[in-house]
Amino acid sequence: MPKLLEFKNVTKIYSGGGFLSKGGSTTALSNLSLTLNEDEPTIMTVAGESGSGKTTLAMLLLGFISPTSGQILYRGQDISALKGEDRITFRREVQAVFQDPFAVFNPFYPVDHLLTVPIKRFKLAKSKNEARDRMVEALTAVGLHPQDILGRFPHQLSGGQRQRINVARALLLQPKLLVADEPVSMVDASLRANILETLRTLQTNYGVSIIYITHDLTTAYHIARSIIVLYRGAVMEAGDVDTVIKAPQHPYTRLLIDSIPWPDINRRWGETEIKARESDQSDVGPGCRFYARCPFAMDKCKNPPPLFRASEHQAVSCYLFEEHPQIVPEKLSDLLPV
Amino acid sequence: MEPVLRIINLQVTYYTDAGRARALDGASLELMPGEKLGLVGESGSGKSTMALAMMRMIKPPGRIEGGQVIVGGTDLMTLSEEEMLKARLSKIAYIPQGAMNSLNPVMRIGAQMTDAIYAHDKSISKSEMTEMSMQALESVDLKHSVFKMYPHELSGGMKQRVCIAIGILLRPQVVIADEPTSALDVVTQRQVMETIDRVQDQIGAAVILIGHDMGLMAQFVDKVAVMYTGRLMELSSVREMFTDPRHPYAQALISSLPNLENKGVFQGIPGLAPALLRLPSGCTFHPRCTHVMEVCKTARPEFVTLSDGRHVACHLYAEPT
Repeated sequence: MPKLLEFKNVTKIYSGGGFLSKGGSTTALSNLSLTLNEDEPTIMTVAGESGSGKTTLAMLLLGFISPTSGQILYRGQDISALKGEDRITFRREVQAVFQDPFAVFNPFYPVDHLLTVPIKRFKLAKSKNEARDRMVEALTAVGLHPQDILGRFPHQLSGGQRQRINVARALLLQPKLLVADEPVSMVDASLRANILETLRTLQTNYGVSIIYITHDLTTAYHIARSIIVLYRGAVMEAGDVDTVIKAPQHPYTRLLIDSIPWPDINRRWGETEIKARESDQSDVGPGCRFYARCPFAMDKCKNPPPLFRASEHQAVSCYLFEEHPQIVPEKLSDLLPV
Repeated sequence: MEPVLRIINLQVTYYTDAGRARALDGASLELMPGEKLGLVGESGSGKSTMALAMMRMIKPPGRIEGGQVIVGGTDLMTLSEEEMLKARLSKIAYIPQGAMNSLNPVMRIGAQMTDAIYAHDKSISKSEMTEMSMQALESVDLKHSVFKMYPHELSGGMKQRVCIAIGILLRPQVVIADEPTSALDVVTQRQVMETIDRVQDQIGAAVILIGHDMGLMAQFVDKVAVMYTGRLMELSSVREMFTDPRHPYAQALISSLPNLENKGVFQGIPGLAPALLRLPSGCTFHPRCTHVMEVCKTARPEFVTLSDGRHVACHLYAEPT
């Protein structure tokens, strides 16, 4: 099966040692492998708290930064080695929607600018009329009325409208892969549903695979098929989104899911005590990254825990699940549903 | 028991070149000591304006047009500028949105805390001020060593807790927290909310939590007030709001929420919130309302108390007089 995207043992280390810093380096992403297949468009969530490496993952994938070790392949080609025509194709086929719907617009141009630039850059239309048709089509596809949008300035539109224009811009380029980095976190709750719906339509109707990066597990649960939970750069748990959210296994995932404030009066915030203060976790040894905060920490956790297959569609990186069969990181993607 | 906070018909208008925008149009509510109120609504619905008006911190072109804010028997609107300066933080404290970014990066946390005390009472000795600050830090579960640290040495959650500590230094009767956790991840968010909860128990203050995260509201507050275009639409206990919302806008808001049972169902609210400069006539929600009636287009519904004690501004619940 042709592979759309492949992360092969990707590690990203930001080395310190700047002018004022005390040196030391931060492992933002450690030894991550994942695969997306070309014929099976899916929505995969990468979840984790601030500093878990989720944005680093997006930056790597978009080719903005390069991995310290490991390889990122797009349709079999290393993205850092892409040149000329191939690079332009990659730039067109892999699109992003970022967190802040306010920052991406130039306030001096009507919002059309955001759509006309890619049309020109990638020569998507032969005439002005065709360009306009493409824009209208893309805006309609994300549920906007083109007549309300075209010719307006960014400050005249709401956050939700702007974020949908971003999605429309991505759609215009007919991408194969969309990286959505916290696309709804700055949008009003009442509009979130609309944007998520738009994203899902992209996946089902246009066959776009989406990597949905978020710290909000509620929306992740609703939109994604599979989930990877990161903590300080390492995979804690991965699997089918239903299984992971409803029956989390890793102590960290359990804490995370227990802390979701569900908008449900009968489902109270959990009783799991939150251990350790942020300041106490500055140094992590080579072992499990959750060691310092884990209520079940054991001696052997000082060695990095491998992935264990806790159930058919669920892998956990924790020694509590030792009795389950071990899987190599490269095979992680195989157990994720699409 | 006497309510610690009474807001009566508070009105704020912004005078812009394009016309007058009524950002807060006659809001009234009461809070008991120790009560937690959630103030929810879309951006631009007037949540933050209401908080700023309570603090008398509305800046031109905005103006407080009328109404009363009574904290522990004193009407803040009648105080002189001088007296209001003293009332802020000691009677009513405001933790603004993104407060953690407002800490001075070149001042130690301790200095910023004692500064706040000094500004209110110059007779307190230095050691006493330190003692008060330490206690405040303790109550938000931070170590004493934080007193000597600079903001960059703290994580986001810790900075937010420092801001809460500053907010409660002088034991105010009302604390307003404007989206205190919007930039934090779920685990830190829970820590911060638990901190506010605990601190509130200690000082017995009433808390107003502003935000649009309904999940957080469900977990944290006692009462929920829903705002739309500067007007209060519904005020109910948290249980009633989540199980049986009355106002059609509140109903739409509640059913747009994702939960574990309705996976994959996205039910947004159709239409967009109107601009404050061009408000629809009658009930401002009528163009988006699924229960719209003729009367809604012409007459503005009063914010009435229903027989079961709930407050709603909607013609559907107009009781025959």
